[in-house]
Amino acid sequence: MFYREAGDFKVSYEEDSQTFPIKFDRYRYYFVLLIAFLVIPFTINDYWANAILLPFLIYSIAAIGLNILVGYCGQVSLGTGGFMAVGAYACYKLMTAFPEVSMFIHVLLAGGITGVVCVIFGLPSLRIKGFYLAVATLAAQFFLVWLFNRVPWFYNYSASGQINAPERDVFGIVITGPNAPAWATYLFCLIFLAFCALVARNLTRGTIGRSWMAIRDMDIAAEIIGVNPLKAKLTAFAVSGFFIGVSGALFFSIYLGAVEVGEAFGITKSFLVLFMVIIGGLGSIFGSFAGAAFLVLLPVVLKVVGVDVLGWPTDIVAHFQLVIVGGLIIVFLIVEPHGLAQLWRVTKEKLRLWPFPH
Amino acid sequence: MKLKLTTLALGAMMAAGPVMADLVFPSLSYRTGPYAAGGIPFADGYADYFTLVNERDGGVGGVMTKLIECETGYNTEKGVECYESTKGEGALVYQPLSTGITYQLIPKAAADGIPLHTMGYGRTSAANGDVFGNVFNYPANYWDGASGIINYLLDENDGNLKGKKIALVFHNSAYGKEPIRTLEELSVKHGFELTTLPVDHPGQEQKSQWLQIRRERPDFVMMWGWGVMNQVAVQEAANIRFPMENFIGVWWSGAEHDVLSAGAAADGYKAVTFHNVGRDFPVFDDIQKYVVDAGKAAGAGDQIGNVLYNRGLYAAMLAVEAAKTAQEIHGTADITPQMMRDGMEALEMPEARMSALGMPYFGPSFNVSCENHGGPGLVGVTQWDAESKTWSLVADFQKTDADVIQPLIDADSASYAAENKIEAQCK
Repeated sequence: MFYREAGDFKVSYEEDSQTFPIKFDRYRYYFVLLIAFLVIPFTINDYWANAILLPFLIYSIAAIGLNILVGYCGQVSLGTGGFMAVGAYACYKLMTAFPEVSMFIHVLLAGGITGVVCVIFGLPSLRIKGFYLAVATLAAQFFLVWLFNRVPWFYNYSASGQINAPERDVFGIVITGPNAPAWATYLFCLIFLAFCALVARNLTRGTIGRSWMAIRDMDIAAEIIGVNPLKAKLTAFAVSGFFIGVSGALFFSIYLGAVEVGEAFGITKSFLVLFMVIIGGLGSIFGSFAGAAFLVLLPVVLKVVGVDVLGWPTDIVAHFQLVIVGGLIIVFLIVEPHGLAQLWRVTKEKLRLWPFPH
Repeated sequence: MKLKLTTLALGAMMAAGPVMADLVFPSLSYRTGPYAAGGIPFADGYADYFTLVNERDGGVGGVMTKLIECETGYNTEKGVECYESTKGEGALVYQPLSTGITYQLIPKAAADGIPLHTMGYGRTSAANGDVFGNVFNYPANYWDGASGIINYLLDENDGNLKGKKIALVFHNSAYGKEPIRTLEELSVKHGFELTTLPVDHPGQEQKSQWLQIRRERPDFVMMWGWGVMNQVAVQEAANIRFPMENFIGVWWSGAEHDVLSAGAAADGYKAVTFHNVGRDFPVFDDIQKYVVDAGKAAGAGDQIGNVLYNRGLYAAMLAVEAAKTAQEIHGTADITPQMMRDGMEALEMPEARMSALGMPYFGPSFNVSCENHGGPGLVGVTQWDAESKTWSLVADFQKTDADVIQPLIDADSASYAAENKIEAQCK
């Protein structure tokens, strides 16, 4: 009834090719933006920011980044944790070397540096595919973590090998360190997420995105019709690296404030982001959000229900978390192999017909 | 009769004064994951002591204590979630039992005005109370541990370690790297040769490190391990027939579960400690009576008397005594985190006080001051007897090398103060 194209006339090409062609969809999108930018910052507290919203926003950026590589371009990567570490350490080195420069620039530069590193590790993708590529990126994961542990220059020779985010501000508002207000850190991450999602959405709708998908669907056929695999694959690695680097920089500087590379950016992080992408839905921006929300929120919800509401022992709840999250992943993949995004697509199809399905 | 009186007094206080909130002590524990073997006994000991205080004494100064347990899994992200979710409940002091989480919480807790007690872990230079106003690491820190091991080896070798080779097997994290700086200084001072061998998280893979030890044949091996890493290291040492009495762990590598799996081969393995071991203390009778027999023991109740259980008990005891001190200073039973901080800073722990609590010689006697949040740094040595399956103290609590440690603490805390623009906090 509400959700349909009928009656929504487009009179220009711009209108016709906009991101959300259906009016209801468009308004929903504006509404979400409105809530995120104008309502949540005024109601947020430390717990919501640090325990739920910041990880959600940051993992969403990482998931979008990985989704471009895995979901759109079909290049399997297990190096996400290592690439996030590159972003974090680049951000740290920049923050400490140029304290007067705005954090916006540091985070973007950290993304850029990660993009370059990601392209270097993406070079083997021109020769190898599938599982073999996954192993090559796995090497990147272990190499990068080892590098940041081994070379003291990266952590400014601190005795513990940790990196700590010093206090930095944006336009006079402190956004890193313990004194940063919750709304500021939230908004800072939200701006980056909105920017990344917008860029990703439009890239995937345009020429570059189409060449990525052509490579993903059948690389030989794509090459025959004139898609340059070198360009397509390496741009995918670069863009994906940029997003993952931004998320790593935010993860370190805004969210945690102190990071130890082996613990924060280990192989488990790579798997976590990959699971987000798979559960959310390969090749979907919305899926990246859904996957990140699912894997960030579910443990917190289970903890609150188990410990605070039911009063169970914490270890039982922690074990149940593993069982339930694992079980749900299996259920989702059996019931809907294309992830949460596909559920959303099906819902939209149903909505189009509702209330007269025949 | 006594119980009746306290109940009456409690009732009167409750009737007279405003309703008092509980004293909240969060326990960021980890009963899951690769470090659970160490996390469980500590969390049990910590919880049981607060149960004992509630059941036996009716709380601290008449106010009941409330323990909020939150599972971190030794993971910094979950640690942050736990911190944020418990700090609103009026948490008095945090003891995260993880160096990684401690590094995270030091600035956060300072901003929120909540004290942090990192007993024998965390950031060593937090011993300088002038810079770290609300972080405490009494009674001993990592650098005391490192110096304690070297002092013990000096004693064993007639005061001379010249030309000896000492290897350090360490967890490749902030925790494991912490002693290296002190050991480097000490190796210069005493003329021994130091080799460092990092082991990556979680520590199950140590073949190459022990192969190197077998090849280089160091005279002594030290270990900075935690979780599954300890068991693996002790087993590997047994496999290459390294003499166990020359293998010394820090206090996080010296509990029952670390050596039991290696069986008889682990006999003679040593570890430093800053508190006593065993259950030969009157307080355990009280725990049996008020906690275990009442069915209120934390966890499975099978950890009582273990090394790390005792450490949890000790940590809780110090927290309760600090709360009592805070109540005395401020003349109110209902203390805030800020008052708790003052209490921790004024804490005095003479032998008589520990005896009165049923824990004679449980730890070294010490005083905390505004400048010194680290205590005296007295370190003892324990040794494992595989036959009787017990740890026993083989060297009493002794002074560590303050000449080496203090300049390092001053330098590290000064750089932290400069980085974060912290003014001296003690007048």
